[in-house]
Amino acid sequence: MLQLLAQNVLNALQLGSVYALIALGYTMVYGILTMINFAHGDIFMVGCYLSLAAAAFLLGWQANLPLPLVFTAALLFSMVLTALLGVTIERLAYRPLRQAPRVSAVITALGVGLFLENFTLAILGPEPRQFPSLIAMTPWEVAGLTVTPLQILIVLLAGALMVLLDLLVRRTLLGMAMRAISYNRPIVPLMGVPVDRVISITFAIGSAIAAAGGLLYGLAYPVLDPYMGIRIGWWAFIAAVVGGIGNIRGAMLGGYLLGIVEVFTPVFLPSSTYRDFVAFSLLLLLLVFKPTGLLGRPVFERV
Amino acid sequence: MTPLLEVTDLWIAYDRIAAVRGVSFHVGAGEIVTLIGANGSGKSTILRAVSGLVPVSRGRISFAGEDLVKLPSYLRSQGGIAHVPEGRGIFGNLTVQENLRLAAYARRDNEIYSDLKGVYHLFPRLGERRLQWGNTLSGGEQQMLAVGRALMSRARLLLLDEPSMGLAPMLVREIFRVIKRINEQGATILLVEQNAHLALEVAHRAYILETGEVALSGPSAELRHNPQVWEAYLGGT
Repeated sequence: MLQLLAQNVLNALQLGSVYALIALGYTMVYGILTMINFAHGDIFMVGCYLSLAAAAFLLGWQANLPLPLVFTAALLFSMVLTALLGVTIERLAYRPLRQAPRVSAVITALGVGLFLENFTLAILGPEPRQFPSLIAMTPWEVAGLTVTPLQILIVLLAGALMVLLDLLVRRTLLGMAMRAISYNRPIVPLMGVPVDRVISITFAIGSAIAAAGGLLYGLAYPVLDPYMGIRIGWWAFIAAVVGGIGNIRGAMLGGYLLGIVEVFTPVFLPSSTYRDFVAFSLLLLLLVFKPTGLLGRPVFERV
Repeated sequence: MTPLLEVTDLWIAYDRIAAVRGVSFHVGAGEIVTLIGANGSGKSTILRAVSGLVPVSRGRISFAGEDLVKLPSYLRSQGGIAHVPEGRGIFGNLTVQENLRLAAYARRDNEIYSDLKGVYHLFPRLGERRLQWGNTLSGGEQQMLAVGRALMSRARLLLLDEPSMGLAPMLVREIFRVIKRINEQGATILLVEQNAHLALEVAHRAYILETGEVALSGPSAELRHNPQVWEAYLGGT
């Protein structure tokens, strides 16, 4: 019984890491622009495909590259390109609406998401793609638990990215500028800060982290389709809101909580098809009793 | 010698209503110049136009011989204009020290740390509170922090919007003493004030604004001792 619990916690940690990485993108953009970037789940999907493309290309070479090298190359490739995608979306679709009512930007974001889904569908077709295995899946038995090297990689890499981001926001000048923008954007230029550039960098970082999540997700759940970003995007969005949208540590916490919800639903309920029901119920309950989320504080301490 | 800041025939409209209508003035290097006038006379709006927070409908703003009108706000700040806005604009989710550090965002020299020390020397209260969040400061401390940020940017021109607002008389004296000191150390200051007594005391020259136009201007000492000025424009006493 205890073993089953521990095993499930381990699985939840793996899945929660991915949710947390994606939730960070939602929360960063919200923190800095008070806008929900509903295209973010689809940006994650594109990141996932980009790492698949890089991995497939490198594996197709006859060079017999070592797998860790392929993994690192795919990670960097998809992080860089997805960051560019995020910046381009912000530049073309959101920035022109900076002064428009917020709902215009939200609807635009939904449109961008649909565009990304259908663009991917148009060039790749609807068939699911298989993600190649880059990291050994041979399980280790540790104290009666099954642990795969992949699981450990996911948890550690996601953790490292989160620590780096947290340090960036709390300790660096760029992080100060991000927090200042989230507090009172109109007067930030008076400090000599190029606000648009900081916003671009925020989109780049959020998208790159989602791409890292995409690669890790692809390795753990190796079937990709153009609509995969919808459900995962929603779950990550719930994670961000549960943790307190705009709050970085909240997004991490929310991600792990949602991982637990997903993994433990079939343990307590007859089927995992109840997972959306459980997740959204949790969200609704939380919004009733703590509308700012678990770690969210109204107005200040954002990002 | 050309003045540091020269504003010529400035027009600013909000929702098609002209808030500033053909205002011209200049501020020479090393001067303290004040814009005074009642609420709604357009004085804050002029400061916001100089720092780039509001767009200009017509007119010229030139700073050290360079036309500012097309320049984005952050470049004006980097070019040496520090605007201490109405309400001070302290970032409550940044510590006192982070607020000061952020104001030196564009600086790449290695004297940032010694300037920080300088600000703490000028305002020991800020030094004591350097690790506190901005939103835990009192009004007076926030005003000190706002002035401290302007110093951190090493601005040549300081735009101060109502530094006395909401402060106890003793603190107001303190702030104005510091303003004078900063000016004596070489900074040029454009001051907007509702408290005309104080403003005329500290400034070298003054412009009196009325409904978006300059009604009168001259050396502060002259305006201060002219009873007609007080009666006609500054509401008696």
